Amino acid sequence: MEKTKTKFLRLSGLEPLVVTPESNFINVGERTNVAGSKRFLRLIKEEKFEEALDVARDQVENGAQIIDINMDDGLIDGKEAMVKFLNLVIAEPDIARVPIMIDSSKWEIIEAGLQVVQGKCVVNSISLKEGEEAFIHHAKLIKRYGAAVIVMAFDEVGQADNYERRIEISKRSYDILVNKVGFPAEDIIFDLNIFPVATGMDEHKLNALDFIRATKWVRENLPYASVSGGVSNVSFSFRGNNPVREAMHSVFLYHAIKAGMNMGIVNPTMLEVYDNIPKDLLEHVEDVILNRRDDATERLLDFAESVVGKAKESKVDLSWREEPLQDRITRALVKGIDQYIEEDVEEARQAADKPIEVIEGHLMIGMNVVGDLFGSGKMFLPQVVKSARVMKKAVAYLLPYIEEEKLLNPKEGDSEGAGKILMATVKGDVHDIGKNIVSVVLACNNYEIVDLGVMVPPEKIIEEAIAHKVDIIGLSGLITPSLDEMVHLAKEMERKNFKIPLLIGGATTSKAHTAVKIDPQYSEAVVHVNDASRAVTVVGDLLQKETSDKYKKTIKEEYDSFREKFLKRSVKKEYKTLQQIRDNKFKIDWKTSEISRPNELGAHIIEDENLEKLVPFIDWTPFFRSWELHGKYPDILTDEVVGEQATELFADAQNMLQEILSKKLLKAKGIFGLFPANTINDDDIEVSVVEPNSDVADTYIFRTLRQQLKRKEGVPDYALADFIAPKESGVQDYIGAFCVTTGFGAEELAAEYREKLDDYNSIMVKALADRLAEAFAEYLHKEVRTKYWGYAADEDLSNEDLIKESYKGIRPAPGYPACPDHLEKLTIWEMLKVEENIGVKLTDSLAMWPSAAVSGYYFANKEAKYFGLGKIKEDQVSDYANRKGIPLDEARKWLAPNIVED
Amino acid sequence: MKKIQDILKERILVLDGAMGTMLQRYKFTEEDFRGERFKDWEYPLQGNNDLLSLTQPKAIADVHRKYFAAGADIVETNTFSGTTIAMADYHMEELVYELNYESARIARMVADEFTQKEPNKPRFVAGSMGPTNKTASMSPDVNDPGFRAISFDELRVAYKEQAEALLDGGADLLLVETIFDTLNAKAALFAIEEVKEERNIEVPVMVSGTITDASGRTLSGQTAEAFLISISHIPILSVGFNCALGASQLVPHLEVLATKSEHAVSAHPNAGLPNAFGEYDETPEQMAAQMKEYVEKGLVNIVGGCCGTTPEHITAIANLVKGYSPRPILVEQL
Repeated sequence: MEKTKTKFLRLSGLEPLVVTPESNFINVGERTNVAGSKRFLRLIKEEKFEEALDVARDQVENGAQIIDINMDDGLIDGKEAMVKFLNLVIAEPDIARVPIMIDSSKWEIIEAGLQVVQGKCVVNSISLKEGEEAFIHHAKLIKRYGAAVIVMAFDEVGQADNYERRIEISKRSYDILVNKVGFPAEDIIFDLNIFPVATGMDEHKLNALDFIRATKWVRENLPYASVSGGVSNVSFSFRGNNPVREAMHSVFLYHAIKAGMNMGIVNPTMLEVYDNIPKDLLEHVEDVILNRRDDATERLLDFAESVVGKAKESKVDLSWREEPLQDRITRALVKGIDQYIEEDVEEARQAADKPIEVIEGHLMIGMNVVGDLFGSGKMFLPQVVKSARVMKKAVAYLLPYIEEEKLLNPKEGDSEGAGKILMATVKGDVHDIGKNIVSVVLACNNYEIVDLGVMVPPEKIIEEAIAHKVDIIGLSGLITPSLDEMVHLAKEMERKNFKIPLLIGGATTSKAHTAVKIDPQYSEAVVHVNDASRAVTVVGDLLQKETSDKYKKTIKEEYDSFREKFLKRSVKKEYKTLQQIRDNKFKIDWKTSEISRPNELGAHIIEDENLEKLVPFIDWTPFFRSWELHGKYPDILTDEVVGEQATELFADAQNMLQEILSKKLLKAKGIFGLFPANTINDDDIEVSVVEPNSDVADTYIFRTLRQQLKRKEGVPDYALADFIAPKESGVQDYIGAFCVTTGFGAEELAAEYREKLDDYNSIMVKALADRLAEAFAEYLHKEVRTKYWGYAADEDLSNEDLIKESYKGIRPAPGYPACPDHLEKLTIWEMLKVEENIGVKLTDSLAMWPSAAVSGYYFANKEAKYFGLGKIKEDQVSDYANRKGIPLDEARKWLAPNIVED
Repeated sequence: MKKIQDILKERILVLDGAMGTMLQRYKFTEEDFRGERFKDWEYPLQGNNDLLSLTQPKAIADVHRKYFAAGADIVETNTFSGTTIAMADYHMEELVYELNYESARIARMVADEFTQKEPNKPRFVAGSMGPTNKTASMSPDVNDPGFRAISFDELRVAYKEQAEALLDGGADLLLVETIFDTLNAKAALFAIEEVKEERNIEVPVMVSGTITDASGRTLSGQTAEAFLISISHIPILSVGFNCALGASQLVPHLEVLATKSEHAVSAHPNAGLPNAFGEYDETPEQMAAQMKEYVEKGLVNIVGGCCGTTPEHITAIANLVKGYSPRPILVEQL
């Protein structure tokens, strides 16, 4: 007698989870996902693993039967974070009792996760996106590690967005898994892509219905497979109207579960009981989900307004103007509407005893609401900057009255503000978007800002701080040499016996650098603050009399212990000697490697590039990031949390961009050159440049640095020089160098807005100029590849591919991971005569001015790739100093962030 | 010769008893453990039972012989600690291949002797793969729960070497046993899959976990069913429990496996719980009496003994199971 095999999806943590046809819908918890939860991301970034575990525990306690864990974020080491968090989760029996869903778009993270969990997990996800070979390879390993798998309805062509494609891809995936890989059918879970309905676009009408029909098809035709999905997507267009969203989720689930969906990510607090949905709402929602009427969307939209209970906001709806004065002022500040603010402030002034009371009363009440909403994550940075614009306008209106009042009652005029803060971008650095944002947000909170601008020498910072009697100094910087400037300033403050706190911020700064390098130089509080919302709380804690002393003491202790731990980190990395890494360089076979002679050798100047041409090359994702909105473009526009804000910001950016284009407010200039070159002495690249009107070639040498960290056997230790043929190979190779800018005009335009009290647009100009400069670099690189150099003349890539850098050849930039040494910019400047030709200057710290500029090299070899140098050892530093003919101390200073500290 | 998969459908198979208990009877001294070959080894070797396959091969062969004579169908190779990880205690990582190869070869030789005499009752050699002395999903340091003393990959590499040597030496099956951390076992199974793929062979695999105490869970915290689910992703011959508990205490956990598993179910419990002197003192009769419940309830397909059991125990068990039919199973044809 033999038993028949029962094929159920079986998963395990410390306890089993068996999904049978009788099982209820399996609820997957998704709060432990850095891409979906801002809070969780913050906890992981700040390494607050205890609290992160609480997030996981809460989900399990609230009924999640599986927990999804995702660590995909550009700013964290996903693999390390995944392993560390999983190891901690496994040690908590009340969390580890449920199975884990290891969620990542990166295979190495998935595999690292599978290696630390004893139970049977779910991998989220794999798909045919990268083709069959990778799909089969991953599926085979997942099987061997003993996990179930979510398969996305995605193939080489793209994501399935209709019924037929969903079926086509799931059938194909299933057949490959079951027949070619031998994957257990019951361990396959399809994610058939839930997309929003009622978006107003015809092609979205069938989104829900197609999903439901495809679910039914999968359950009927692909035996034992499960179907899952993220439910909240379906109701995106009704963000802000929870009653309707909850009804949509319930209706969708009701039908999808009937069709066979047996697992999914659902927020239990965003779900109405199907039977409790009012009849009329139910009918309208079902019309939309099941696409039962052509006008279903319009009808639900109309009906939705009555469901919210209050009139939906619209441009013509001015009913709020009927509300009491304070409500109107608060609303204007929260919504960033400056149209009526002067009128309202005037009304308030007339009612008040003194004009200053309007600021201290009405306006501060409104700004406090803004502060609270921002602090609790309900408002986002662009909105706050807009609020600031309204505030400034109101204050500007009141100022003459306040001055007048001062003349009448000289004694009482001065009111005491919350505090005075000096802000400066340090000497040699020109980047100020972040600094400006923090200034605006602090100003919103009633702090007086003394903004010294960019490239501020330390003497001036000290002098102005004393003259203005400021309460805090805030320093910002983006390039690595700025770190040293900050250390220097901390020393100066100590020497001058300052007693005020020092704030540190900017892209290259970090808590580690602040704790290890800056904090020990200054006896008073030094705090690293990298986002605007935290700046407000930190400054508040530092300046409030009741909390100040205690906070400063805590901060000092925190940094002391952080420093101690950092220096004692258990991970001792090993490094190789310079000779070892040179022996293990990346070797290209120069006999067979294809080398193209550039069509047009020599330097080329672009006087005035048409900006319109650059627009399609813009990578928008970093633009949103500069406004502290995190997510990938274009998905960010429909993101559940920041989507609405992102859409609005994007619209404002488009308007500004149109204005810049139509009025030619920015000027794009560039220069590039393509020259014969060969690698010499392992790590140097010798370039020969023939000046116009001369027969003699000048020789320039780029010094490259080589990876030195001991890694796996068989992995080469890269230097950029490896991508150019060595002289002794006898092969003539080539290299390029370039600098582009779109910054001319940006500073003036930003200043113009600032004078109009419009920080929002002032910051916007700079953020856009930065994006255009990057787009220019992308555009020019393409021109070089396809025309001037011409090694990829038949290249045909979409803009998305360009952003993903799927082309042949690279353009690394000095100061970035492959070549962190800023000094090489000097060689580029000399070689191309950049300043003489296009006017872009280098500051003392080798930052480019105007700041919206990009410079770098071109490497054409198809084996050239981006890499991160990592840390290097003293032997390479002194060798580098020798090669370059500079004192060792100078080399140490410039390479400091990359030198291993023993 | 009949395949073990087919025999399993016909009757309950008997596994051997403890190797360690039998070797204790020889009262081997440090010199005996060292033999001629390791007389100058820098580290103490007494207690390294696996080493006896090289230094006292006759004794090992004798123990196997006694168990086959007692009625065992399958004997386990003397390789419980035969990984680079466990052998690090004796600085004998370099000898791991040889230890496993020789142990399997000795067991193979004895098994063939018996099969030749009784062709209708073929004897099998199970390559024993122990848990090692490190755990991949638990921290040895209570103050640092995120720390791990060993990684999946280190275990995988070590187990792979052991599995290859056992198969080269002539093992018919591989027995991943005394699993107190399922992740260690998964690394062993991963390694076995790699060997199978590289050699393009099929190998029957027995998996045996250990429920450590009355909590009814493995040391790494899994329930019997969760353990079963976690190791069911590759084709296995049998799943079961061994060690730590006596025969009676295993019943509820075997019941879980018997209802939830499609594979054969195995059990090789200890001869009771250790007494105050750390000795196991259940008699063969006592143990067989308890195991009667296994066969009456139809819970098992393979039975044997772990710590404290002797050929006498195995005889009692073999006599017991003769009269009972095996638990019905779904046998995946390899």
